Amino acid sequence: MNQQNKRIHPHKFTLWVGISSIVMMFAGLTSAYIVKRSQANWITFDLPVIFWYSTAVIILSSITIIISANNFRDRERPRYRQWLLITLILGILFVVMQTIGFIQLWQSGITLTRNVAFSFLYIIVGLHAVHVIAGVITLIVIYLKTFSVKVKSYSAVPVEMISTYWHFVDFLWIYLLIFLLMIR
Amino acid sequence: MSNEAILHDQVTGVHDLGHTAHEHHHHQSFISKYVFSQDHKMIAKQFLITGMIWAIIGGFFSVLFRLQLGYPESTFPWLEDFLGHWAKGGKLDPEFYYSLVTMHGTILVFFVLTAGLSGTFSNFLIPLQVGARDMASPFLNMLSYWFFFMASIVMLTSLFVQTGPASGGWTIYPPLSALGEASEGSKIGMDLWLVSMALFIINALLGGLNYIATILNLRTKGMSMTRMPLTMWAFFFTAVLGVLSFPVLLSGAILLLFDRNLGTSFFLSDIVINGKILPNEGGSPILFQHLFWFLGHPEVYIIILPAMGIASEVMSVNSRKPIFGYMAMVGSLFAITALAFLVWAHHMFVTGLNPFLGSFFVLLTLLIAVPSAIKVFNWLTTLWRGNIRFTPGMLFSIGFVSIFISGGLTGIFLGNSALDIHLHDTYFVIAHFHIVMGVAGMFGMFAGLYHWYPKMFGRYLNDTLAYIHFWVTMVGAYLIFWPMHYEGLAGMPRRYYDFSNWESFKMFAGLNEFISFVSIIVFAAQLLFVFNFFYSMFKGRKVTTQNPWGANTLEWSTPIRPGHGNWPGEIPEVHRWAYDYGKDGREFIPQTEPVGEHESKH
Repeated sequence: MNQQNKRIHPHKFTLWVGISSIVMMFAGLTSAYIVKRSQANWITFDLPVIFWYSTAVIILSSITIIISANNFRDRERPRYRQWLLITLILGILFVVMQTIGFIQLWQSGITLTRNVAFSFLYIIVGLHAVHVIAGVITLIVIYLKTFSVKVKSYSAVPVEMISTYWHFVDFLWIYLLIFLLMIR
Repeated sequence: MSNEAILHDQVTGVHDLGHTAHEHHHHQSFISKYVFSQDHKMIAKQFLITGMIWAIIGGFFSVLFRLQLGYPESTFPWLEDFLGHWAKGGKLDPEFYYSLVTMHGTILVFFVLTAGLSGTFSNFLIPLQVGARDMASPFLNMLSYWFFFMASIVMLTSLFVQTGPASGGWTIYPPLSALGEASEGSKIGMDLWLVSMALFIINALLGGLNYIATILNLRTKGMSMTRMPLTMWAFFFTAVLGVLSFPVLLSGAILLLFDRNLGTSFFLSDIVINGKILPNEGGSPILFQHLFWFLGHPEVYIIILPAMGIASEVMSVNSRKPIFGYMAMVGSLFAITALAFLVWAHHMFVTGLNPFLGSFFVLLTLLIAVPSAIKVFNWLTTLWRGNIRFTPGMLFSIGFVSIFISGGLTGIFLGNSALDIHLHDTYFVIAHFHIVMGVAGMFGMFAGLYHWYPKMFGRYLNDTLAYIHFWVTMVGAYLIFWPMHYEGLAGMPRRYYDFSNWESFKMFAGLNEFISFVSIIVFAAQLLFVFNFFYSMFKGRKVTTQNPWGANTLEWSTPIRPGHGNWPGEIPEVHRWAYDYGKDGREFIPQTEPVGEHESKH
């Protein structure tokens, strides 16, 4: 069993392999974007300002989830729960801000079907938001579980996994933001 | 983890090793045991049987369209009774012919040779051969099957819609697949195809994650990576390929769904259909081909690598010899996996691809011949001077090598961008990939089934039926696909409904009839196997010894009918590699046996 303990937990490992799979999906989309951009009929666009604020929000949420996980390890359950809730709210705020950004884009004439550049923008940012929403749902489940009286889990694995995933969607957004700013 | 030794208590009672003290015999209902099972062995059987149903459907489709190709002048009134308006007057409707070809490809490539092959054997063998109670996440594993099931239901539904299933070829190239007006099959059938594939991709990803995590993290004590049987290496690389390439197809499918339903123009530009000019501008259908083949090419290795692994294992066991060049085999698997990601554009030589770029893809494609040849030579040298037992599994393994050589060699023709201009989209391509991927993949699957059936069901398959099955399939496969090479070299294009209108292809009428005739016989032989499979499950000869093949690997150290948890007591420790056959005067030395003091080095 000692040999087993030194190894990474299999569920965590599964998550990392899953992350690599998500990376491939976005790699496919962004390389398709690059290929399309070099062809005719590409209209450049400006990202809405609110995407900068949402970036700040998601970076902040990455910090709060670290604090939350640290509190979990220190067995500070109320504080852990509190920081988890803050992360959760920031996550929802991020999704709301992305939606507002899209509404602004749409109203300024950058609609889904007007140009293939805009279509890519909607698909890439939208799929990222879907992954954030998946994270938010997981956070809600974990948050509700902290209120369970019957089962008290001291395993750090679920918290560490959602933390890893959350950092991943954070990094993914920063990559996508830089990508969309540099290459358009 | 708890053991469930009561799966078949009349058998385990005999083989009770006296470790029952700490087991709690939790009750399993019918639902949790057979339907929503989290036991990897049951999930494997679910994949297998669903895959077999699909294989019968997909195979039968090929019989239907071979009837049209072989007997273009004849009518078959029973077809109308069976297919209704798709076969008016006993002759296949051209639209439906395309649906049949498309669904035959989709079903066989994805539902049978991906889910049916690697879904079955990765699930069944990985925990048993690395020494684990179950997968890293049994729950995700169960979800993986049920996503496959849902994908199956959606695909099956598409066969029954009014406008028919997808008909744009299994590669579903836009613009044909992107526009509902383009053909009957591009209407609702195409949407169902895309939804089904999205579900299928989720199944493949969930499965793949589990396989990788289990092989890397849950090996028993002493089972270092280089002590694993080659099946494990093959399934591992298969899973890596799937996890990294399927998401890209998912991207492509999402974009296509948007093009179809929300008016975007990722793949569409400047199209006039029925005299109407479409508003779509700026898209590129070639982009879809890149996204598709970035999965599509690794996909053929997802099919063939498990077959390679199974053939290696079965061949070594039944030659009573160590596999020749174990590390070279592993290295070749790795090389094939790496190269698989770098060759996709060889499917696109005639799309106007830059010839300079094309030459790189030619080079990388031909490079794959090197690890493939290493593997072939290692199989041959494993057989060389072996003490061969011609079990049905062994015959299919040897047949696999024969088929793989025949099909692999024509790949060298097609990988050449200059020759490909002539051969592209002809029957030469059909012959090549059916032999090297289709038949070879099926042979690997059959080898595995005949070899591990005793472990799966505690009974043997009938040998006489198995030998008939093997020889008919082996001879039939060559008789079907060998003549297609000549047709292809003569320029006969694939996907055509009727060749009798072309002066240059009239000479092939007799050959086409012959091919159709043989394919019907071969299909019947597969039904014989299906009968054997289900008959033997209940009436077959019972397995009475724990290790009927005299094999070294861990799965044969479990009880004859292992329960959930696989080993009744502790998981055995591993002390050696899996291929100590014919060593120091002993026929075989199981992996669980400690290395003796005076034992020679391997």
